[in-house]
Amino acid sequence: MTSLVLLEFDDSGIKQPSRSAVAAAQALGEVHALVAGANVSAAAEKAAKLPGVSKVLVADNPALNHLLAEPTAALLVAMAPAYSHILAATTAVGKNVLPRVAALLDVQPISDIAAVVDADTFVRPIYAGNGMATVKSSDSKKVITVRAASFDPVAADGGNSPTEPVSVGDLPGLSKFVSAELSKSERPELTAARVVISGGRGMQNGENFKLIDPIADKLGAAVGASRAAVDAGFVPNEYQVGQTGKIVAPELYVAVGISGAIQHLAGMKDSKVIVAINKDEEAPIFQVADYGLVADLFTALPELAAELERS
Amino acid sequence: MKILVPVKRVVDYNVKVRVKTDGSGIETSGVKMSMNPFDEIAVEEAVRLKEKGVATEIVAVSMGVPQCAETIRTALAMGADRGILVETDADLQPLAVAKLLKAIADQEKPQIIILGKQAIDDDMSATGQMLAALLGWSQGTFASKVAVEGESLTVTREVDGGLETVSLTLPAIITTDLRLNEPRYASLPNIMKARKKPIANMKPADLGVDTTPRLTVLKVEEPPKRKAGQKVGSVAELVSKLKTEAKVI
Repeated sequence: MTSLVLLEFDDSGIKQPSRSAVAAAQALGEVHALVAGANVSAAAEKAAKLPGVSKVLVADNPALNHLLAEPTAALLVAMAPAYSHILAATTAVGKNVLPRVAALLDVQPISDIAAVVDADTFVRPIYAGNGMATVKSSDSKKVITVRAASFDPVAADGGNSPTEPVSVGDLPGLSKFVSAELSKSERPELTAARVVISGGRGMQNGENFKLIDPIADKLGAAVGASRAAVDAGFVPNEYQVGQTGKIVAPELYVAVGISGAIQHLAGMKDSKVIVAINKDEEAPIFQVADYGLVADLFTALPELAAELERS
Repeated sequence: MKILVPVKRVVDYNVKVRVKTDGSGIETSGVKMSMNPFDEIAVEEAVRLKEKGVATEIVAVSMGVPQCAETIRTALAMGADRGILVETDADLQPLAVAKLLKAIADQEKPQIIILGKQAIDDDMSATGQMLAALLGWSQGTFASKVAVEGESLTVTREVDGGLETVSLTLPAIITTDLRLNEPRYASLPNIMKARKKPIANMKPADLGVDTTPRLTVLKVEEPPKRKAGQKVGSVAELVSKLKTEAKVI
């Protein structure tokens, strides 16, 4: 029984959510990894260093640039006969590509698994994580996306597996990449950060998010936001933590001016330690917080920055 | 051009759901049901495309128990022209839904199908992509902006690092993200008008689709509860506790 994991990567290496997907696949048996894209030899070398991967398959083709859904799914379907499980992280790429693969294989995908019970049985959150469903698949092949926050990623280094080119057949050209506006930040990625500080509606505007910056700098934290803050235009969409945004489980999560709607809690309640700063002591966020500070964030944030600076 | 908009009846997003005590699922009896919020965004986008003169007809489709007709009525009140209800008591999983929608698309021949990116009950986020696969169409998922230009469709997508814009050949699938639009409330006159709009009724067998579920739910449990925390009196106390007690900074 061998699994195939679709990896995502950037200039700095294999992305952490993909390394969590490899960890999930390891629970199922042997793991092969797929590096697909245009000019991916550097990424393939990095993938070969992932511990627990026995072979890296490399599909280097301009049609696979940006991992557009239609060609990437066609590639995975062509490779599928050799595998019992096909996995990717629950990321924008994984969610876009894998259900397409599943339909082409006549398989019901298993989205966003949080645990592997056995080769057919998995645990996944439903209703914004208010229920954890154990589901058993009757499909002979499984197509799975993996909730990265639920699996400790394999290390980026330490393995040494062979790489092998994959012959890429005709790929559908139904869509074209036009452009990307990716935010450039020196901070860690939300889904990979050890500390996350998120602002909510209480921040009042985008300018006020600057109050979070010195604290995030000091703690090496990623900055996130509630849906309310994103919808109000304070910060861009990629900041959103929640049921339909990013799912995070850092060592420390600090919620500032966030009331704690179910949909937000769904994205952060597996964090190890949760701190809430809110001036409304009745805010539901306090029911999940390990440490709650009832205070006006406009005084508390500068104080927190100063306190961290001092210590 | 015709636009098809599938709409799902789900537990209202404001309801605090409870796991059934026998672990068989989520308690849905006596609970307020509404249209999946992402599907409302899909209906709104279709109506806006019609108002712009791009679309000529909007067909809303729902599947499941007879009450799904109410969800279709909501779409009709928002501006859809007619409805199709695929009635069944069976548990419909995304693969089955995608197959049923493909059968309907083969009959209706829409140029664009707009779906919500995810249903807030099963959180699968799969049906749109699967339908695109079965139809052999292109897909623009998690859309925050849509523009139709001749035979192509430009879709700006919300991705992990920001935004990505793709150009799709029509016919195509769009799945909606939160920022695509703000759905309108149906006005009373439009709710009245919607009552007269037609809803065709069919069964999965009429469409020749086997809807047997591939996933069996063995049990549903409550997620682990977090222990009650403590209130701290000051920023200094907070920092001190994070250092010495929680040891996270």
